[in-house]
Amino acid sequence: MNINNNNNIGYKTYLAVWCCLMILTAATVMAAGMGFGRYGSLASVLIASAKAGLILLFFMHLKYETFVFKLMLLAAILTMAVIIGLTFFDVGFRDGGR
Amino acid sequence: MTGAQREMSFYESGNGHTGILSWVLSTDHKRIGLLYLFSMFSFFFVAVILGLLMRLELIAPGPSIMTAESYNAMFTVHGVIMIFLFIIPGIPAGLGNFMLPLQIGARDMAFPRINLMSWWFYMTGAIVIIVSLFTGGGPPDTGWTFYVPYSIRTGTNVTLAVFGVFLLGISSTLTGLNLVTTIHRLRAPGLKWFRMPLFVWSLYATGWVQILATPVLGITLLLLMMERLFGFGFFDPARGGDPLLFEHLFWIYSHPAVYIMILPAMGIVTEIIPVFARRTIFGYKAIAFSSLSIASVGYLVWGHHMFTSGMSDISRVIFSFLTFIVAVPSGIKVFNWIASMYKGSIKLSSPLLFTVSFIFLFSLGGLTGLIIGALATNIFVHGTYFIVAHFHYMMFGGTAFAFFAGIHYWFPKIFGKMYREKPAITSCIVLFAGFNVLYFPMFILGLEGMPRRYYDYLPRFHTGHLISTVGSWILAAGLMIMFYNLIRSIFIGEVAGSNPWGGSTLEWTTSSPPPHENFTEIPVVTEGPYRFRK
Ligand SMILES: [Cu+2]
Repeated sequence: MNINNNNNIGYKTYLAVWCCLMILTAATVMAAGMGFGRYGSLASVLIASAKAGLILLFFMHLKYETFVFKLMLLAAILTMAVIIGLTFFDVGFRDGGR
Repeated sequence: MTGAQREMSFYESGNGHTGILSWVLSTDHKRIGLLYLFSMFSFFFVAVILGLLMRLELIAPGPSIMTAESYNAMFTVHGVIMIFLFIIPGIPAGLGNFMLPLQIGARDMAFPRINLMSWWFYMTGAIVIIVSLFTGGGPPDTGWTFYVPYSIRTGTNVTLAVFGVFLLGISSTLTGLNLVTTIHRLRAPGLKWFRMPLFVWSLYATGWVQILATPVLGITLLLLMMERLFGFGFFDPARGGDPLLFEHLFWIYSHPAVYIMILPAMGIVTEIIPVFARRTIFGYKAIAFSSLSIASVGYLVWGHHMFTSGMSDISRVIFSFLTFIVAVPSGIKVFNWIASMYKGSIKLSSPLLFTVSFIFLFSLGGLTGLIIGALATNIFVHGTYFIVAHFHYMMFGGTAFAFFAGIHYWFPKIFGKMYREKPAITSCIVLFAGFNVLYFPMFILGLEGMPRRYYDYLPRFHTGHLISTVGSWILAAGLMIMFYNLIRSIFIGEVAGSNPWGGSTLEWTTSSPPPHENFTEIPVVTEGPYRFRK
C-alpha cells in the first residue's frame, strides 16, 4: 500500500501551486481579451486543463500515487477525449459534405 | 469438505437480521448476487410476457388483441425492462457478484456496502419505472432509446421513466467500480493477473465499461429531463437544439453497453468449455486481451447506429470502418473456443449444450452484425426487422443463452443442489428451436422491407410473422421447462458435492453452498486456471 506521505508536502508546495493557479486564471482573462478569434476557446481549454492537472497532481495527491492510478485517470481522460474527437467528425463535417 | 465437518453455508449463518431483512440488508456478495438474480428474473418474466403479447398482436394483419397505442407502450416497456433491468445488470451484478470473490479467493467484494447500495439503486430505479407506467400521461411510447424530438414532445410519462433509468445507471456504475477495485485489490496470494480465470478478465473489462460509459447515459438523460421540464433546447430543433446530439450521446453509452452485456457472457463461455472438454483453454492471453480490446475499441463505433440519421459522410465512413475492427477480437474468441474443444474429451452436459448454442447463435448475430455495420448494406436494412433479428441473436441468443449456461454451471455451487439433467437438456433444445423459429424469420422479413416497431403490416408479410409468433410459444415453453427444473431443484434437488463438474478454478475448492466468508483459509495459488488431471 502507498502510505500517506503528506508530511513531505510542505505548505510551500501548496502555496506555489496556488500561485500558479492564480497566474493561470489571470492568463485566462488576458487571453480572452487578446482577440484570438476562434482560437480563443482553444486557449481557455488548454489553460483550464493545465489548472485541472495541477489540482489533480498536488491537491488531490495524484503525483504521489502509484503508476496504476495515473494510468486509470489517463484511460478515463483519453476515452473522453476520443469520444469528443469522434463526435466532431460529424459536427465539423456535417454540412461540408453537401 | 463433506459430511460431519461440512461448514455452515452462507444461507444458515446469520448476519444479525432475520427473514427478508437478512437479505435486503446483507452486505454478503453472495446474498446480493442472489437478490439481483431473483429481482432480474422477476422483471425478465414481465418483459417476456410483454414480448409474447406483442407477437400475438402481430399474428395476423390488422388489430388483433390491442390498440396501436398500447403496442407502442409495450415495445417500449419490453425494451426498457429487458435492457436496463435484465441484461445490463444481468451477468455482472448477478453471477459476477456471486462468483468473482469466489474465483479470486476473496472473502467479499472490495466495497460490500456499495454493493448493497447498488442493489437498492437498482430496485428504486425499477420501482420508479413501474410507477411511471401508471401515472402521468401513461407508459412511455418512445422505444427504449428515448429518441428526441419525439421523446420531448410526447405527452406520455417519459420524464419519470427516464429518471428511473438514470437511477439504474448509478447502480450499474457502482457495480463496475466494485468489480474493478475487487480485482485489483483482493486477489488471493499468488493469483497473478495471468493466472486469473477468464471470467474474471471479462468482468474486469466489463467493470471499466460500466465506469466510463454509464455516466454519459446519466448526463444524457438528465439533459433530456431538463429539456422536458424546463424547455432548455439542447436537442429540440425548434429551439435551436440538435437532435443528432442526443443520438450521439445516447449511443456513446449504449454501444459500449452492448459490451457490458456480451463480455461477461463470453467470460462464462470461456469458463465452461475447458471444464467440459477436460482441456486447458486455447490461447489464454489472446482471450484475456481480446476482452480488453473489445472494451476499448467498443467506444469508437457508436455511430453505426446513426448511418441514416443525417450524420456527416466522413463520420459514417469512419464509424463503419471502426465497426469492422471490433469484429476481430470477437472472432479471436470464437476461434479459441472452438480450438479449445478440439481433441478434448467432451461431455455434452447441459452447461456445455447451452454454451455451444451460444456460439452458434452468437456467430449468426455477429456475422449479420457485419451486414449492418457495412455502410452500404446498412442503408438497405436500417430500421427493419433485420435489426430486430440481429440484436435478439446477440442479446437473447448470445447473452441470455450464456447466462443460462452459467446458471446451469454454477447452480450446484450456488444452491448446493443438483438439477435434473434430462429436463435441462430438453429445455435447451426447446429454447434453441423456439429461438430460431421466433427470430430467424425476422431476418427475412427485414430484407423484404418489414419496418420495425410497426403495429400493422401488409398481407405479404403474414407468413413470416405467423411463423415468428409460433416460435414465441415454443420459446416460452422452453423457458417454462428450464425454470421449473431449476426452481424445483433448489428445494428438492439431490445434494451436489463441492465440485460436481471437476472444475479447477477456486470457487470449486470451497463447499457448496459456500460458507459465509467463502473460504476457511484463503487459498494460495501456484498455477494458472484450467489445469486438469486426465
Ligand atoms: Cu452498436
